[in-house]
Amino acid sequence: MTPISFALAHSLPEVVLAVGALALLMLGVFRARDGRDWIISECAIAVLGLAFLLLFVGAGPKVVVFDGAFIDDAYGRYMKGLALIGSIVTLLLSLDYMRREKIDLFEFPVLVILATLGMLMLISAQTLISLYLGLELMSLALYVIAAFHRDNVRASEAGLKYFALGALSSGMLLYGASLLYGFAGTVSLQGIAAAINGKANIGVIFGLVFMLAGLSFKMSVVPFHMWTPDVYEGAPTPVTAFFASAAKMAAVAITMRLVVTAFPGVTDQWRQILIFVSILSMALGAFAAIGQTNIKRLMAYSSIGHMGFALVGLAAGTEQGVQGVLVYLSIYLTMTLGTFAAILSMRVGDVYVEKISDLAGLSRTNGTMALFLSAMMLSLAGIPPLAGFFAKWYVFNAAIQAHLYPLAVIGVLMSVVACFYYLRIVKVIYFDEPAPGFERASPAVTAVLIVASLLVVFFSFWPGPLDVAAAAAAKSLF
Amino acid sequence: MTDGWLISLLIMLGKSLLVLVAVLIYVAYILYADRKIWAAVQLRRGPNVVGPWGLLQSFADMLKFVLKEPVIPAGANKGVFLLAPFIMAMLALSAWAVIPVADGWAVADLNVGVLFIFAISSLGVYGVIMGGWASNSKYPFLSALRSAAQMVSYEVSIGFVIITVLLCAGSLNLNDIVLAQDSKFGVFGWYWLPLFPMFIIFFISALAETNRPPFDLVEAESELVAGFMVEYSSVPYMLFMLGEYVAIVTMCALTTILFLGGWLSPIPFAPFTWVPGIIWFILKATAVFFMFAMVKAFVPRYRYDQLMRLGWKVFLPISLFMVIAVAGVLQFAMAQGWR
Amino acid sequence: MNVAAVFFYLFSAIMLASAFMVIAAKNPVHSVLFLILAFVNASGLFLLMGAEFLAMILVVVYVGAVAVLFLFVVMMLDVDFAELKQGFLQYLPLGSVIGIVVAIELLLVMVGFTQSDAALGAGASPIQANVSNTEALGLVLYTKYVYLFQASGLVLLTAMIGAIVLTLRHKPDVKRQVIADQNARTRADAIEIKKAPSRAGV
Repeated sequence: MTPISFALAHSLPEVVLAVGALALLMLGVFRARDGRDWIISECAIAVLGLAFLLLFVGAGPKVVVFDGAFIDDAYGRYMKGLALIGSIVTLLLSLDYMRREKIDLFEFPVLVILATLGMLMLISAQTLISLYLGLELMSLALYVIAAFHRDNVRASEAGLKYFALGALSSGMLLYGASLLYGFAGTVSLQGIAAAINGKANIGVIFGLVFMLAGLSFKMSVVPFHMWTPDVYEGAPTPVTAFFASAAKMAAVAITMRLVVTAFPGVTDQWRQILIFVSILSMALGAFAAIGQTNIKRLMAYSSIGHMGFALVGLAAGTEQGVQGVLVYLSIYLTMTLGTFAAILSMRVGDVYVEKISDLAGLSRTNGTMALFLSAMMLSLAGIPPLAGFFAKWYVFNAAIQAHLYPLAVIGVLMSVVACFYYLRIVKVIYFDEPAPGFERASPAVTAVLIVASLLVVFFSFWPGPLDVAAAAAAKSLF
Repeated sequence: MTDGWLISLLIMLGKSLLVLVAVLIYVAYILYADRKIWAAVQLRRGPNVVGPWGLLQSFADMLKFVLKEPVIPAGANKGVFLLAPFIMAMLALSAWAVIPVADGWAVADLNVGVLFIFAISSLGVYGVIMGGWASNSKYPFLSALRSAAQMVSYEVSIGFVIITVLLCAGSLNLNDIVLAQDSKFGVFGWYWLPLFPMFIIFFISALAETNRPPFDLVEAESELVAGFMVEYSSVPYMLFMLGEYVAIVTMCALTTILFLGGWLSPIPFAPFTWVPGIIWFILKATAVFFMFAMVKAFVPRYRYDQLMRLGWKVFLPISLFMVIAVAGVLQFAMAQGWR
Repeated sequence: MNVAAVFFYLFSAIMLASAFMVIAAKNPVHSVLFLILAFVNASGLFLLMGAEFLAMILVVVYVGAVAVLFLFVVMMLDVDFAELKQGFLQYLPLGSVIGIVVAIELLLVMVGFTQSDAALGAGASPIQANVSNTEALGLVLYTKYVYLFQASGLVLLTAMIGAIVLTLRHKPDVKRQVIADQNARTRADAIEIKKAPSRAGV
C-alpha cells in the first residue's frame, strides 16, 4: 500500500479538475447572478490549463497507484493532453455562442470539467471498475450538455437519444465486464491478461465483444454509430465540437489500452472485430456524408469515417500501429476543432446557420476564412502536403507493416471517395453564387481557426516532436 | 440434526408470537392513551364507556371493524387495494423482530439491527402509495404522492441521525447500542445529552415518518378528507390504523434505544437497577409516546411546502454538519487516547 | 436439504418469477411493484450469502428510495400503453429472430464457460470470522478503494447537477416565501400607527 500522497502526486491533473469543478460549482451557486455564467468559463479554462501543465510535471516510468486502479504512464499523459486540449478549445469556442443563445449558465463549464475529469480517469483506468466509473462520469456529463439548450426541441431530442443509447451501451459494456470478471476472477486488466494466458475461452471472447460494442458506441463507429448524426446536429455547436474532439480521444484511448493491456494473447480475435468495424466505418463515413446538406451532420459522418481510419492503426496491433493512431488522433483533433471554429463563425445577423449552402461564395465575402476553412477540408480529405495526409499515411503504413494489405487498400479507396464531399464544400466556397456574408466572429473563435489552420498547413515541415512524443507514448503502452 | 432446527424453529415461532401479542396489546392501550391525552388537552373526557374508564374501547373498536363489510370501490385495482393494508401492518410488525426490550431479549439479534429497522420503516411508504393509487380516486392519489415525497425526504435526515448514533456506539447492533450508553452517569450518560440536536431532529423526523400531526398531510382531513384511507373500510381500514400505530410505537421504541438508554436504569445504583429492564423500557417508550400525543394535541398542521423546506433545508444541513462534527470529535478523542 | 437451501430456492424462484412479471405485466405500476418484489428477494439472497449489510442497504436504497420515486413517476405518467404496443406485432418477427439468436449465443456461452485457475482460487472468500461485514467494508472503503469511492461520488454529483440544470426553472413571476425576510421583519417596518381622530374619519 503506497501512501496516499504518492498516489495523489501521480494523479495531479485529476485532483486539480475534481477540486476545481467543486470550487467553481460553489462559486457559481453562491455568486453567479441568476445562474448566468459570470466568470466561471474563464476560471474553468484556467483550471483545465493548469491540469494540462501538470501533465508535464513528474513524468517518468509507468506507475500504478490506488491499489491497481489507476495508471500513470507516458501513453496516458499523451492522450490526456489531447483530451484537455479538446476541452479547453471547446470552452473557448463556447464563450460567445452560449451567451448569444442565452444558455450561458454556469453549470456548463462545470459539466465540461467533470466530463474531462471522466475522460482522464477513463484514459488512466487500469481495472474494469475504474474504466466503468470514468466512462460513466464522462457520459453523464455529456448527456446533460447535449441537452443543454433545454428549450430547443432538437437539443432535447439529441440529449434523450444520446442518453438512451448511451445507457444501452453501458449495459453492454457492463455485461462484457461481468463475463470477463467471471472468467478471470479479477478486475485488473493485467490480471485478466494473465488469466487468459493466450487461450481464447468462449466466455472471454463474448466479454471482449460486448466490451468493444460498448466502447464502439462512445467512439461512434459502425454499427454503433446511429446516434451520431442526430446528436451532432441537435446539440449546441460547441458541445458537438466537444463530442467530436475530446470525447473521441478518451474513447479511443481506453479501447487501445483495453485491447493491448488485457487481451495481448488473443490479438487475432479482437483484430477481426476491429478490422470489421473499421472498414464499415470508413465506408459509411465516405458514402453517407455525400448527400448531407447540414454541415454538422456532415461532420458527424466525417468523424465516423475518421474513427474508422484511426482504428486501422489499432487493428495492426503493433507498437507502430498505436503510434500511428496517436499521431492520427492528434491531427484529427486539430482539424476537427478548426472546422468547428469555422462552423461557429457562420453567423448571419443573430442566427447561427449550419447549412452547407450558407457557405456559398464565402471566398468573396470573407476571403481569409474561406482560405482557412478550405485548408481544413483539404486536410480532412487527406490531400498532401497537409497534416491529414500524414495522419493517414501513419496508420496505413502500420497496417501494411502488419501485413493487413486488404485493409490498407480499402482504406485508401474510401479516403478517395471521402475526398468528394470535402472537395464539394471547397467548390461551394469558391465557385457558387455568394450567400449573405457572416458577421465577425469572436476573437477566441478566430484565434482557434487560425492556429488550427497554421498547424495543419505547416505540420509537414516539422513533424518531428509529434512523432517522437507519440512513439514514446506508444512504447509505454506495451 | 433435523430435530435441532425444528426445535429452534418452534422456539423462534413461540418468541415471535409472544412479541406479537405483547405489541398488539400495548398498541391497543397506546391508542386509548392517545385519545385520552388528546381529550384531556381539549378538556373533554375521551372514551369512557366501554369497560372501566373506557379501558376496553380499543377492543370494542376492533370488534366493530371486523364485523363490518369491507367495501371495494368499483374502479379499484382489487389486488393492490387489498394488498396495501396487509403490507402496511405486516411491515410495521416485522420491525419488532429486532427490537431488544431488555438485555438480549429480541427475537433476532441482528448485527445490522438498526439498518433493518431503517429499511422496514422506509418500506412503510409502500402501503400508503399502493393504497392511494389502487383506490382509483383523486384524494387518495394526491395523498399517496404527498406521502411518497414526505417520507422519502425525512428518511434522509433520520438516516444521518442514526449514523451519528452509530459513530458513537461503534455498532449497528441495537443491543450493543444500548450497552454502549451504560455508564456511571445514568440518565446523563445516554446519547440524548451529547447528541441533543440530533435527538430533537430524530423526534421531529419520526413524527414526519409516521405521518403524525403536525405532519399528517397524508390524511389532512380538511383538504383530503382522510387521504389514502378514504376508500377503505372494515378490516383493511383497521389494518392501516394498526400499521400506523405499530409504526409509531416502533419509533418510540427506537428513540428509547438510540437516545434514552433502552432498558437501562436512569439512576445507576442499587434499588433502581433491581427493576427489570423491560419495565424501564416500557416506561421510557410510553414517555416518548406521551410527547408524540402532546404534539398532536397542540401543534397545528404544517403547510406542505414548509414541511419540505424543513426536511431539506433545515434538517439535512444540520444533520450533515453533525455527522461531520461528531466524527471529528470522535477521531480527535481517539487520537488523544480518551477512548 | 437444509434450511438455507430451502430459502435459497424460495427467494430465487420468487425473484425470477417477479423479474419475468416485470416485463410481462400489462399495467406499468404492477411492473414496478414486481420489480420491488424482485429487489426484496435479492436482498434475501444477499442475507443467505452472509452479506447482511449489503442486503439492508439494497432495501434501504433501492426499495425504500429509488423504487418509490420510480413508482411515483410511473403513476403520474399518462401514457397510452395500447398505443405504444401498436408497433409490437409489426416488429415481432424481426425481434424474435434476434432474440432467439442472442439466446442461443448465450446458451453457448453458458455451456462453454469455464473459469480460469486464478478465478477458481479467488472464489473462496477471505472473510474473517471475527470481523462483521459492516466493519469489513469500513476497513477498505476509504483505504483500498478510496479512488473508486470518490469517483462514484463524482458520478452521482454529476447526475445531480444534470437533473437540476435540465429541470429547474426560475419563473420570474412566481412569489416565493423567504423565511429569513419574514423573521427579519420588525414591528417598526410592518405596522404604521396612525392617530385617527374620533368622528373625523381617516
